[in-house]
Amino acid sequence: MTLRRVSYFEASARARVAGLMDPGSVLEWCPPQQRHSSPHLALLDAPVAFDDGVMVGSARLDGMPLLFAAQEGRFNGGAVGEVHGAKICGLLRRALRERPRAVLLLVDSGGVRLHEANAGLIAISEIMRGVLAAQAAGIPVIALIGGSCGAFGGMGIVSRLCDALIMSEEGRLGLSGPEVIETVQGVEEFDSRDRALVWRVTGGKLRRALGEASDLVGDDVGAFRAATLAALARPSEVRDLERLLANQQALETRRQHFAEARDGLEIWRACGFAEPEAVPMLAVDDFNRQLAAGQAGGSI
Amino acid sequence: MSDAGLFDRLFGAGAHQVRVDGQFVHGEAQLAGRQLAVIGTWNSAAIDGDLALAVAGAVLAVVGADAASGTAPRPIVFIADTSGQQLSRHEELLGINGTFAHLARCVDLARRHGHPLLTLVHGEAVSGGFLAFGLLADRVCALADAQVRVMDLRAMARVTKIDFERLQALAAASPVFAPGAANYWRMGAVDELWAARDDWAHCLTAALSAAASASAQDGRAALGETRGGRSLAAPIAALVDDA
Repeated sequence: MTLRRVSYFEASARARVAGLMDPGSVLEWCPPQQRHSSPHLALLDAPVAFDDGVMVGSARLDGMPLLFAAQEGRFNGGAVGEVHGAKICGLLRRALRERPRAVLLLVDSGGVRLHEANAGLIAISEIMRGVLAAQAAGIPVIALIGGSCGAFGGMGIVSRLCDALIMSEEGRLGLSGPEVIETVQGVEEFDSRDRALVWRVTGGKLRRALGEASDLVGDDVGAFRAATLAALARPSEVRDLERLLANQQALETRRQHFAEARDGLEIWRACGFAEPEAVPMLAVDDFNRQLAAGQAGGSI
Repeated sequence: MSDAGLFDRLFGAGAHQVRVDGQFVHGEAQLAGRQLAVIGTWNSAAIDGDLALAVAGAVLAVVGADAASGTAPRPIVFIADTSGQQLSRHEELLGINGTFAHLARCVDLARRHGHPLLTLVHGEAVSGGFLAFGLLADRVCALADAQVRVMDLRAMARVTKIDFERLQALAAASPVFAPGAANYWRMGAVDELWAARDDWAHCLTAALSAAASASAQDGRAALGETRGGRSLAAPIAALVDDA
């Protein structure tokens, strides 16, 4: 079966869900028809959305029952407010009861919605606890990142709590966005208009090289689907004391190894790419092949 | 700004061996005959990867030591004084968000090992620095004048392009975006507020027993609804959960 390539980056949250899941299997809770929008945005005369910028529901993937949340980056940068966050928290709680095969988080968010900043920050903390609780109950949580807003702020932390993190090259992942860093620390620290630099510091190829993204895929909804299925076939990591001590050691080693690094080129060089400058131009398949070859002797 | 007299007021002079190395707080204390671990950040630290790993390493050391000795898991008192995450290209490149996630997972491991977790906010607790560990405790206590926020109102006015005067007026009526420990109390993320005149050692003893008997479930949304500061989080989550 040959499917038409659908850009994950360009698609809306709803189109991503429709393209990822088995046809006819999607069920949404708190749909736009019920009009649960943000009263806090309304109070500030800011535009509201009837789904508050996130779609939550259940679906099947190759027949397997899943729960999902899909953030809409085109509404307020996918930012998390009280209602938006509560929908994701409710979904994660439901997962404990319903025990789906996995929970998928289609992250497309700059983090906390400043118009309701306190509610957003607390909601993200609740989402973090919700993800940890689902995992402790043996339900894997998988993050998909390939939208225009990437995964920043608290959603960048949430994404790194996930069992698998699937990114496209266009996807970005971090904590503080380049614009925020430039505003506070100056353009010499981070020039947010230098798009190539931004992608070398936050983009999918950097995150995959560091092992933070578990998979790098092309900008195609079908490729995200295939990678999600592959991730579900892998066993979930056990996070006991021994494992966290090993993670601690690995993070400390990374910081020693890259004590001065400020550009993804240095990471790619260390990963065995002979021409780091050429990495941004590499096709995804070539990148994945060269990364695997370069890391044959152990990952960084 | 952190006050060096804090630990004497919390545990009594001579009843603690808490050290501050740079902006990293760590050590032991005794309270009401119980041994406590004290871990955290100091002087409005902008938390970078090194400091986050220092906190995470200290948490793992406490969990490891108590598991190895077979003693009852000690309560952990987190001292959260942070102006947020370190803003730097280097930190972003090395995945500071992932390091914060690792720290959060270490805190969660401690909870699952049975360590009661309590956070004290005495200076500033801001944004990502607060998310990484302080906000995840079973019980969060704050001094009434502590600064808890995502961003100050002036910066928020700049980013949202809403007049500062308008935000100020709305802040007076709504806890949803105005900085301040009392607003986080009303929204259910801070369990208790301590006044300057309170006996903090007494407050801490009571709060630790509350932390020890805290439910494994996250009750913050329900608390925020009861206190009237966050009326939608609990019912919306319930709508999705029960649909």
